[in-house]
Amino acid sequence: MEVKQISLFLENKKGRLSEAMDVLAKAKINIRALSIADTSDFGILRLIVPDPEKAKKALTKSNFTVRESDVIAVGVSDTPGGLAGVLKVLTDADINVEYMYAFVEKSGKKAVVVLRTDSIAKGKRALKKSGFEVLSADKVYNL
Amino acid sequence: MIWNKEAECMRTGEREKLQLERMKAILKRAYKNVPYYKKRFDDAKIKPTDLKSLKDIKRFPFTAKTDLREGYPFGLFAVPRKEIIEVHTSSGTTGKPTVSGYTRKDIEIWGEVVARALTMCGATKDDIIQNGYGYGLFTGGLGVHYGAQRIGATVVPVSAGQTKRHLDIMQDFGSTILTCTPSYALYLTEAVVEAGINIKKLKLKAGCFGAEMWTDRMRDEIEKRFHLMALNIYGLTEIIGPGVAQECEQKNGLHIFEDHFYPEVVSPDTLEPLPDGEKGELVLTTLTREGMPMIRFRTRDITTLRREPCKCGRTIVRMDRVTGRTDDMLKIRGVLIFPYQIEKALLEVKGVEPHYQIIVTRPQHLDEIEVQVETSKKLFSDEVRQLEEVRKKIEKHIENSIGLRVKVTLVEPKTLPRSEGKAKRVIDKRQL
Repeated sequence: MEVKQISLFLENKKGRLSEAMDVLAKAKINIRALSIADTSDFGILRLIVPDPEKAKKALTKSNFTVRESDVIAVGVSDTPGGLAGVLKVLTDADINVEYMYAFVEKSGKKAVVVLRTDSIAKGKRALKKSGFEVLSADKVYNL
Repeated sequence: MIWNKEAECMRTGEREKLQLERMKAILKRAYKNVPYYKKRFDDAKIKPTDLKSLKDIKRFPFTAKTDLREGYPFGLFAVPRKEIIEVHTSSGTTGKPTVSGYTRKDIEIWGEVVARALTMCGATKDDIIQNGYGYGLFTGGLGVHYGAQRIGATVVPVSAGQTKRHLDIMQDFGSTILTCTPSYALYLTEAVVEAGINIKKLKLKAGCFGAEMWTDRMRDEIEKRFHLMALNIYGLTEIIGPGVAQECEQKNGLHIFEDHFYPEVVSPDTLEPLPDGEKGELVLTTLTREGMPMIRFRTRDITTLRREPCKCGRTIVRMDRVTGRTDDMLKIRGVLIFPYQIEKALLEVKGVEPHYQIIVTRPQHLDEIEVQVETSKKLFSDEVRQLEEVRKKIEKHIENSIGLRVKVTLVEPKTLPRSEGKAKRVIDKRQL
């Protein structure tokens, strides 16, 4: 199963992010990782949560525009050059990265990089071939 | 189905004869009984007897909404007040409301023309008409009510708003015809989905929507979501209320009930009458009104009259869907724009929902239009680049259609105001 990411549309208005967070809090959904892409008018909030279906439902019910998309989660060593290695593999395989964000695993030994590539399947294949640890959905949700 | 074949399928010669007869009579009555008309006719040096043919009407002065305000409240009545059995007023959003007075016969005529309109929507004795137009001073509610009763249909006077009630009644009573403003109809389609109601179980077959401007694209949307035939009704308080004109199932314009209302289209610039087929401002003269005759009333509505025969069999003239008002024409950087044009362009972009707002500002001596569009699920992407592309695509499309650059802003769904009456689509913040 692919790792699912929830993204939602946020108008650049005071309090909107906190409203979204409230919805998740009330639905008792913990956030594993998040990133925000912003422009002058709007933002896109991207989230990795343990139960994407539940989060999607709760947010949609509160009138947020929500989308679910597949992403790749790769475990890299939390040392200088960790991310560079991942990106090099993708560049060499001619795979484009649409966006990415990263977080450090609780143990602190590893960093997890969340990637959205133009082709998820190709990205995964290239990374696996180069020996990177591509994390399963279950593993990511329960980090 | 045709409610009054004799009136709606009259031969041209016959119709013109009847109209001329009635026009002569109403000019005479207006001149004799309403000081306002006497003064206006005298000022224009014209007498009711100067009318020899229908075309001569163009020699008589126009009546504007502002003229009616001068006579507020009862100054334009042509009968003693005790003969008036009902009054209605316009909304009064642009000043003092205008009052319309009805004699018993006027109310009968009103019922008759709305009966014709509802029959065009397929209404018979067997139907349940769920009336979502506001009851009260607004003519929508009672106008439809009288028409429904004339037919003998079961009318459910729900009135405007009360969405929950509308949904319950729609399901429990098995309403077959819905009457309300098109924006409220659209709002109801959303409410139905939100309430988890199975649309297939509803019995609605037709909708009679009007009292505000709407587009064919909105019609498609309502029809698709509600599984009904959505038809356009037209009318205005000053003339009678709803029932001046109605679209038949052919959906190619609204049939004007010419035996009661005489239409002209004039150029908004010169005020000269235009030939059939040309676009301009609709001017109406009531031919039978007793309580308040209206001579050459300027509706401010932009339309075109068409005389080509209609497949439905009616011979009365058709008017195009109203595409703008001479008073809400926006003048942007010197260019005349109707909000309708922006809406049309906007809705041509795939995935755009018919919820939008136009905001006009003048930040530095130059007019700017911002169009706020709700980000539907179909438009949304998790990538900034794609969202920006959607935004630019809409901007480009509007610019190509209206010839002006606009700024499109994506806003969150369901944040733009949904109206239960007339939708407020344009906010003009310019201080001129």
